[in-house]
Amino acid sequence: MSRKIVVGYDGSKSAKAALDFSVSLAKAEGGSVVVAHVLEWSPYSFLTPEELEERHKRRGEELERAETAVLKPVVDQLSGSGIAVSTALKYGHITDTLCKIAKDEGADQIIIGRTGHSGLATRIFGSVAGSLAQAAPVPVTIVP
Amino acid sequence: MKNLFRAAAIAVPATLAASAPAMAQSLDQQINDGFANATGWFVSFIFSPFPGTTFPWIVAWLVIAATIFTVYFGLIQFRAFPHSISLVKGDYSDPNDAGEVSHFQALATALSGTVGLGNIAGVAVAVSIGGPGATFWMILAGLMGMASKFTECTLGVKYRNEYDDGTVSGGPMYYMTKGFAERGLPLGRFMAILFSVFCILGALGGGNMFQANQAHAQITNVVGEYPGWITGIVFAGIVFAVIVGGLKSIAKVTEKVVPIMGVMYVLTALVILLMNANMIGWAFGEIFRGAFTGAGVAGGMVGALIQGFKRAAFSNEAGVGSAAIAHSAVKTKEPITEGFVSLLEPFIDTVVICTMTALVIIITGQLIMDPSTGMYLLDEGASTIQTVDGNKGVALTSAAFSSAFPAFKYILAIAVILFAFSTMISWSYYGLKAWTFLFGEGHTKELVFKVIFCIFVIIGASASLGPVIDFSDAAIFAMAVVNIVALYCLMPVVKRELISYQSRLKSGEIAKFH
Repeated sequence: MSRKIVVGYDGSKSAKAALDFSVSLAKAEGGSVVVAHVLEWSPYSFLTPEELEERHKRRGEELERAETAVLKPVVDQLSGSGIAVSTALKYGHITDTLCKIAKDEGADQIIIGRTGHSGLATRIFGSVAGSLAQAAPVPVTIVP
Repeated sequence: MKNLFRAAAIAVPATLAASAPAMAQSLDQQINDGFANATGWFVSFIFSPFPGTTFPWIVAWLVIAATIFTVYFGLIQFRAFPHSISLVKGDYSDPNDAGEVSHFQALATALSGTVGLGNIAGVAVAVSIGGPGATFWMILAGLMGMASKFTECTLGVKYRNEYDDGTVSGGPMYYMTKGFAERGLPLGRFMAILFSVFCILGALGGGNMFQANQAHAQITNVVGEYPGWITGIVFAGIVFAVIVGGLKSIAKVTEKVVPIMGVMYVLTALVILLMNANMIGWAFGEIFRGAFTGAGVAGGMVGALIQGFKRAAFSNEAGVGSAAIAHSAVKTKEPITEGFVSLLEPFIDTVVICTMTALVIIITGQLIMDPSTGMYLLDEGASTIQTVDGNKGVALTSAAFSSAFPAFKYILAIAVILFAFSTMISWSYYGLKAWTFLFGEGHTKELVFKVIFCIFVIIGASASLGPVIDFSDAAIFAMAVVNIVALYCLMPVVKRELISYQSRLKSGEIAKFH
């Protein structure tokens, strides 16, 4: 059975490192990679009436932008690498959504980069890496 | 913040600010008189009583409508209550639709348009004119109004317009035109136009002038008397900056702070009630006694009933049609789900928040009672109950809360200003939707409405409470006249949706996602 790896990707430097690591792992083990991008979203945020009216339109625009600016370059870049690459683009809470993608895809592990925040901000807001380590249904690898 | 100050600075010409207070007072007086003269006939028509009685037909109109919807949909407000909560929690939302407008968001936005001065000032007006008994009728009106809201919001979603670019527009104007055409009924277009005209007036009245007026009253209550037009110009400047200048940041901050203020308000009220827990039984006793006997208020039992129903309708806007505009943007395949969600609105607004305000006013002893007779003392005009220090409107609520927590006066002042502001922003949107329905979309046309809206902020802050509250009520209730006729004509559509949805819910075709 080949391994399936979900890699959390947002185009940042650390996400690129996580992607590279995932690709080399997939190559070595003959696995596939799911490049997952999550658009931070809470159904409990408050919106103005104009925002409600335009929400559906904005959502379409946001998805398109993420698809072309974040995911497509990765797919293009990896198209000649010989490993199977697919993408997942979802709205939601980052940690929960990554876990859900891993579950839906039947992935064997999740790989993410770390943002390098420490101290006060993390104390207050928590970190994706930290909460993912607590909540993920599969092993998590954090790439510095 | 810098932008905000800049906007205010532009809006307040130095010459006006430097004018003498005496002249300013007379300017307020002129605006007030002119306004009262211009709107008097409209107010008297809407509130004209049934011949030979003192009972305004409009109040009966609302009560009968809410009763009919309650019966027609088989006490839907109680039967569907748990399901409504499930919907708001997102139990039935498809995770693949994440990023679309959720039920919660549609409800929260609609609520921030309705929770506001109606809950704070309107309730104070109700109990000072109608006595504690008005509270009972207010709660009843809130409970019944849930069925009206359910009907109109289901229709709002069902007949909304979805444009090619993905934006949506909905509201009574759309169900009147599309719904009537679908059922082969005449006059849909005519009613939509009539509704839009009243919606614009309602936006300028209850959604604007009443808010500006009470915000000014609240500010003077804290900092002392000064002419209303100054508040008006500052407010108008900020509103102008948001709706014309596109300063979305102000609106966004308000949208986020208002719910917090709302929760804080309810919690504070709860604390005051707990501190006086031994008096809650007495307060409810007063409410029931007043509801059925009138307990010495000017209009007796009918007076209490009229005040209760009037202020409830004004606060939760059930049957008015405004909420149908706000709720129509939700993402759902089932229009009726938004109806279920919207029925929580009158519950939260009236049954919970308005009742809290009323209880605090009653329990803290703001209404002066003659200890020997147990009757409330009336003021000289014999129209309102005497209050401690003669407070009226929002000042009465403020005094009630401050008697427990003196500093609350300042928090309430901030809350009132923010509530007033968020209600104005919501209503400027409702009014604009009606305006563009009438005149079509286009930058100049929309700008004309927005400028008129800002001018009315100044008028509202300058005029005295009486004429403003009369006109605000009249305009909002005029919307209800047209809207409820449409709801009667279209309620079988809602019934069909309801039966179909319930059977699919029962069969498991519609199931929870989590």
